[in-house]
Amino acid sequence: MSRELRAAFAAVALALGGAAQADESSVRLAQADGVERVQASCAICHSLDYIVMNSPFQDRGGWEKTVNKMVKVMGAPLTPEDSAAIVDYLAAHYGKPQ
Amino acid sequence: MDRRKFLLRTSGTVAGSLLLPRLGARIASADELPAGTVASSALDALPGKRPLVRRTFRPPNFETPIELFREAYTPNDAFYVRWHSAVPEVALADWRLRVGGPAAQRQREYAHADIVRRFKRHEVTAVNQCSGNRRGLFAPHVPGVQWGFGAMGNAVWGGVRLKDVLEDAGLAAGALEVVANGSDVPMLTGPDFVKSLPMWKALDPDTLLAFEMNGEPLPALNGGPARIVAPGWTATYWVKAVEDLTVTDKPFDGFWMKTAYRVPKGLFGASGFQSQDTEQNSPITSIRVNSLIVTPAPGAMLPAGRRVEVMGIAWDGGSGIRKVEVSLDGGASWRGARLGRDLGRYSWRQWRYDFKPQAGSVTVLARAVARDGATQSEKLIHNPAGYHHNVVQRADYHVA
Repeated sequence: MSRELRAAFAAVALALGGAAQADESSVRLAQADGVERVQASCAICHSLDYIVMNSPFQDRGGWEKTVNKMVKVMGAPLTPEDSAAIVDYLAAHYGKPQ
Repeated sequence: MDRRKFLLRTSGTVAGSLLLPRLGARIASADELPAGTVASSALDALPGKRPLVRRTFRPPNFETPIELFREAYTPNDAFYVRWHSAVPEVALADWRLRVGGPAAQRQREYAHADIVRRFKRHEVTAVNQCSGNRRGLFAPHVPGVQWGFGAMGNAVWGGVRLKDVLEDAGLAAGALEVVANGSDVPMLTGPDFVKSLPMWKALDPDTLLAFEMNGEPLPALNGGPARIVAPGWTATYWVKAVEDLTVTDKPFDGFWMKTAYRVPKGLFGASGFQSQDTEQNSPITSIRVNSLIVTPAPGAMLPAGRRVEVMGIAWDGGSGIRKVEVSLDGGASWRGARLGRDLGRYSWRQWRYDFKPQAGSVTVLARAVARDGATQSEKLIHNPAGYHHNVVQRADYHVA
């Protein structure tokens, strides 16, 4: 590690020492059609960084599979319209670049 | 880019990709994580923990920065955190363990004090590694928690033998699996996180019901008050906040056994868990032999013509480490590294290798060989869930 990095590390360690607890409201999703539905549906069970973390490598089919799993296995209370809108949003903003 | 993100990207193995021109050889480093993972991760401290690499807030999934693997035992406040749902908080005084089931002779319930009084204390040093450690480095990427190298740690686990507890309840003829359930509950109507072990593993003298980690009470974030310790097997079996053990005469068919945590049949050899094998796939079980270069961080600048010591760790599923070899010529020739003290066959083992780099650049390859003869993969063995990444690591350095 370079001296600069070491110094930067020390600075951050200082800043985080006794740091405030992690706050998931800092996760910002792309502000576009469908984002409210995504936030309201997905954040019931998990923070929204799950979406960003799993991008941008899933194509539309991949996101469809993920959303289906959330409904069928994990019990997400989504209507078919919700699911379709969420898949559209995820494919458009967190999908694999075409 | 804010300062935290910058630090995250430049910490550990990724400094070279930002500060220095890319070398010819690709390194299996965190800059191969998905772009979204890099963007959404940051160093962040959970209560009682030092800053770790946050992958997700809720449920909390935080990994240990590589440089903290310099220590033989991973400090409790540096140990990675992985949960499927909210972290349960159970006070040791309120904690109870129920033991029973169709293949147990008696139903029992124990408080911590009962267990301490009745059973002999036992310790084991073992690597705890998430099944999905290094999933984020899969090419192509697969969905899941996008871990880098740090979803693991090495600790001294203290408690009692699971065998002693099970035998106190008495095993009936036909006992096949021990099903372990913790006090964590699923969100909504999802499947409860419940895992089973085959009898041979549950009765192994090193399989524990653990209350302690490195001589301290097990932190709630790491499964306190009590968790299963299944040395040599991936951490999915190390059920956290365990409160119920059911001895069954049939294969347990919960989601987290039957559907999740599985690998294609035969891809990684026999599972050792026949009652859970199907025609198509097997449960993930033993940790595959692996190693990690800890210092100097890949991408660092090394002084030309001066002695440099590379330090790393190596581990496997319990046969122990026979040797670690290092190559400085792209794998054409290999020389043995010096192994550190043997802390037990389930522990990782430190290794060191000295050399004098010439000005320019150098790529260090490291590979471990286990006592059972297994060695690391040269190419990724891709599988749908992103398990068992143990590809020989390539670390690029600049020398001046």
